[in-house]
Amino acid sequence: MSTFLRETSIVFNRQLRMNLRNPAWVIIGMLQPVLYLLLFGPLLEPVIGQLGVNQYTWFVPGMLVQLGIFGAFFAGFSLIGEWREGVIEAERVTPASRSALLMGRLGRDLLQLLVQALILVGLGLVMGMEWNPGGILLGVVLTILLGGACAAASNAFALTVKSEDVMAPVINLVMMPVLLLSGILLPMSFGAAWLDTLADFMPIRHVVDAVRGAFFGDFDASTMGWGVGWTVLLFGLAVWWGTAVFRRENA
Amino acid sequence: MIHARGLVQTFSTGRGKEKTAVQAVDGVDLDVSEGEVVGFLGPNGAGKTTTLRMLTTLLRPTAGTATVAGYDVATQPVQVRRSIGYCSQVGSTFSGAYAGDEVVDHGMLYGMSRKDAVAKGQELFDRLQLDGLWRRMPKNMSGGQKRRLDIVMGLIHSPSLVFLDEPTTGLDPQARANLWEHIAGLRTDQGATVFLTTHYLDEADALADRIIIIDRGRIVASDTSDNLKAQVAGDLVDLEVSADEHVAVARDKLGSLAPDVTVEGRHVRGRVSRAGRAVPGLLRDLDASGVALDSIEVARPTLDDVFLTLTGRSLRDAEAATEGAGAGAGAPDGDGPPGDAPDQVVPTTTGATR
Repeated sequence: MSTFLRETSIVFNRQLRMNLRNPAWVIIGMLQPVLYLLLFGPLLEPVIGQLGVNQYTWFVPGMLVQLGIFGAFFAGFSLIGEWREGVIEAERVTPASRSALLMGRLGRDLLQLLVQALILVGLGLVMGMEWNPGGILLGVVLTILLGGACAAASNAFALTVKSEDVMAPVINLVMMPVLLLSGILLPMSFGAAWLDTLADFMPIRHVVDAVRGAFFGDFDASTMGWGVGWTVLLFGLAVWWGTAVFRRENA
Repeated sequence: MIHARGLVQTFSTGRGKEKTAVQAVDGVDLDVSEGEVVGFLGPNGAGKTTTLRMLTTLLRPTAGTATVAGYDVATQPVQVRRSIGYCSQVGSTFSGAYAGDEVVDHGMLYGMSRKDAVAKGQELFDRLQLDGLWRRMPKNMSGGQKRRLDIVMGLIHSPSLVFLDEPTTGLDPQARANLWEHIAGLRTDQGATVFLTTHYLDEADALADRIIIIDRGRIVASDTSDNLKAQVAGDLVDLEVSADEHVAVARDKLGSLAPDVTVEGRHVRGRVSRAGRAVPGLLRDLDASGVALDSIEVARPTLDDVFLTLTGRSLRDAEAATEGAGAGAGAPDGDGPPGDAPDQVVPTTTGATR
């Protein structure tokens, strides 16, 4: 095993062990998708029915992306706690690769997201979501990449500001337009034309469209191109930022 | 083991028009030999931690060069990190993780196998009196146990050079004394070179072969404790006379032995060379003159006296000035975990007699 993978796995195992030791984290993490689907899904039936499509095939991808984004945005909070206790500095004074220190933590966040996604998809199928295995697989992969981007950005931001008091309002500031302009909860086409146009400038909207298209088995080239393109771009930029912050802080 | 030349660290503080550059470390030269225990002493904000962070590759020097264990801190940081152990003043373990797991993971990040890290960790737990705490979380440990755990973290990969940043800050006297024994053992048991920062005068005095004093980012002295104290002229003799009318006579008698005599209430003080020999005669003189004493105290020069001689202010005053000014120059915003909070200076008095 290369040194980088070994160091990444050490950090990943440590993070996972700490999180699993916190039952609240495990239970809340698993309950989130279930509650969304059970308590919010039925509300959508009359609304999504207007589109003439299966409500859960439409709704589950949106929930998936929302979980990917919002859960990952909070990843930085635990990093601030570790920094405050001197853990980050202790890791930085080891010869371990700075990228491994970030990627090990990302691995933990992505594993959590994967488990949540599997629960969400499984429950969606039970509730009547259409079965398009290839599309579901692509949708989950895109979601995990997007979640990785958000987690990396959250870690980078956390290590830059080192304050939960700054993190919380900024995350709220970012989440609100993402939620409203991405078509996660309701189709943007239901709104005014100007709102639909404005949403075109929201990158996450294109990811949601691509994941949703994949779940329906509709691999429209343009939709997929924009969605995959934005996902890969956001992931690349965020990982670069996260690694740069870990390196910069450490000289 | 450590060679630094002209180390400089400049930080920016404030924003916009109020942005100013602060020279936290201003041209530090250092040389530490293999096997030495060196105390890096100075008030909060003097630049101790910033210097240490540059030497441990946590902070890139603004200017100057440094080699640690034979490697350049700027161009060979990975090699430096492999060679050193570091105990930060804020700790190094997550409070909600098992102590043993933290130590083993830390060792593995240095390339050790799990088996070797467990074996070495358990050996260090025994040596630092942490036996039985392998499966305990740091949040359930005492302050002294946590600091010893930090030292285990710093020693897990058997480094030849150990940096300790304010190792006993916040500990009670008993825990401090216990930790001192273990720090002293780092050289005798591990053969390690030790570089420790402290603002405790007695700590530097008790542990270090050599003391390097830093003030306002500059090295102001580097020598053994005895040699530094020898720079201060004489032992402090403090006479407390029993009545106000005896003050003038006591001042004259002490003045015949000490160049400068000060009077404060019924206390008459002066620095006397070789006080151990001179004081018996002084007492006879005072007795013959009918001067009664309530007390007499003879104190050997302290490192605080040395600091006063070198900088014109006492270490305690320097601490108070730093606290009054808010953050110290050596503790820039956002630089490392929190933990540069001012702490009290423990004064030292030795040889008090009556």
